[in-house]
Amino acid sequence: MTVHADNTPLTAETLQKEILAFLTERIKTDVELDQDLFASGVVSSMFAMQLVVHLEDAYDIAIVGADLKLDNFRTVVGMSNLVLRLKGDPEAAGNA
Amino acid sequence: MAEKPTLVKCLVWDLDNTVWDGTLLEDPNVELFPGIRDTIVELDSRGVLHSVSSKNDHDLAWKRLEELGLAEYFVHPQIGWGRKSDAVKLIAERLNFAEKTIAFIDDLPTERAEVNYHAPDVRCYPADRAGELTGLPEFSPEIITVDSRRRREMYQAGFRRDAEKDTFNGPDEEFLRTLDLVMTIKRADEEDISRVEELTLRTSQMNATGVHYSDAALRALLADPDHEVLTVTLTDRFGPHGAVGVLLLERHPELWHLKLLATSCRVVTFGAGAVILNWLIDQAAQAGVHLVADFKQTERNRMMDIAYRFAGFANEPCACLAVLGEPVGDGVQRLHLLADRREGPTTMRLTSPELAAAAAVEDAVA
Repeated sequence: MTVHADNTPLTAETLQKEILAFLTERIKTDVELDQDLFASGVVSSMFAMQLVVHLEDAYDIAIVGADLKLDNFRTVVGMSNLVLRLKGDPEAAGNA
Repeated sequence: MAEKPTLVKCLVWDLDNTVWDGTLLEDPNVELFPGIRDTIVELDSRGVLHSVSSKNDHDLAWKRLEELGLAEYFVHPQIGWGRKSDAVKLIAERLNFAEKTIAFIDDLPTERAEVNYHAPDVRCYPADRAGELTGLPEFSPEIITVDSRRRREMYQAGFRRDAEKDTFNGPDEEFLRTLDLVMTIKRADEEDISRVEELTLRTSQMNATGVHYSDAALRALLADPDHEVLTVTLTDRFGPHGAVGVLLLERHPELWHLKLLATSCRVVTFGAGAVILNWLIDQAAQAGVHLVADFKQTERNRMMDIAYRFAGFANEPCACLAVLGEPVGDGVQRLHLLADRREGPTTMRLTSPELAAAAAVEDAVA
């Protein structure tokens, strides 16, 4: 598993590394950071669901409503941006 | 009307002095009690699974069951020297059944008490009631379909499939392609409705609307030209999965309204929901209509939520929604999609009717 350790700062770089590691472990194929996982057929829409659940569990976020669209999960960079945004919002609102 | 008891989905049998007359270790040629075979075969045909929890030498007991021609009826048999409550709980866990859907039959009161103590939801029966079981309501499903009769076969195919998946080293999608999956979407007839009724009763997890359509309600819609009732079956090289999905669609001139989509939780890992939705979206695109799906979020249908969103459904306003009026039921959202052409699935073969063509014919007639 690649559950994020609480003591390391959550940056785009660490996130991308962790997501890449998760993908490599689960789909047993190397992928690029900006590769379109769905267009290249590496990932099925079924696996995308597992990605949603994994990101929610690993980073303690809820991905709902408009955020829950395929485009947010197309690339490792896209997923990392989504997690950063969802992690950032509650802190900005002061109720972290 | 008295409340119907929860149906038993698996009956766990003791062997010595319950299934057969005597103790195997004392008499290697023990014979079945009269009527036991009939009870096992009858319950099997109703879709009730059988298992075993017996304190015995595993190899000897299994060999005797094979000699008696009964071994094939038992799934996940637990034969050994451990606690029977552990065996019963393990069987429930392996089958992914709630303990209240498991029954246990044993001649010894102490064994029944032990199971009852550690697994209070399991219903226990003394061995001398074996002959009555087929007459009890908890062993009598109202509807017996082609899928109930094949339920054991479907579970056994599932075990072989899982074993093969565990040893497959590669992406899931590649594994799926090795299964030779064939999905058939068809317009429902009377018999299909019975299979669907059972599906909507059994699976709340993947029901997107949380609305239960009764057998009678769906039958009435079969004859309605504005509605499509569709059923989905799936097979692969290990055998049939049976009826795994149902759709209820109402046609309006500018939009198709998806009122019900329920799929069996057994086929989630095959991405069946996404395949069905993509097919429907492609059909709607060919017919030149928008799609609107009723969706009610529950604690158990998250996967369906994700499937809808990933297919492109969203809470977006559209003028087409005006014809639908208010949704029925609390918390039902209307998800909207501008249909576009979609590629067929890459992981399975799909046989399906042409909904778009039927719509065009009806428009021409009208």
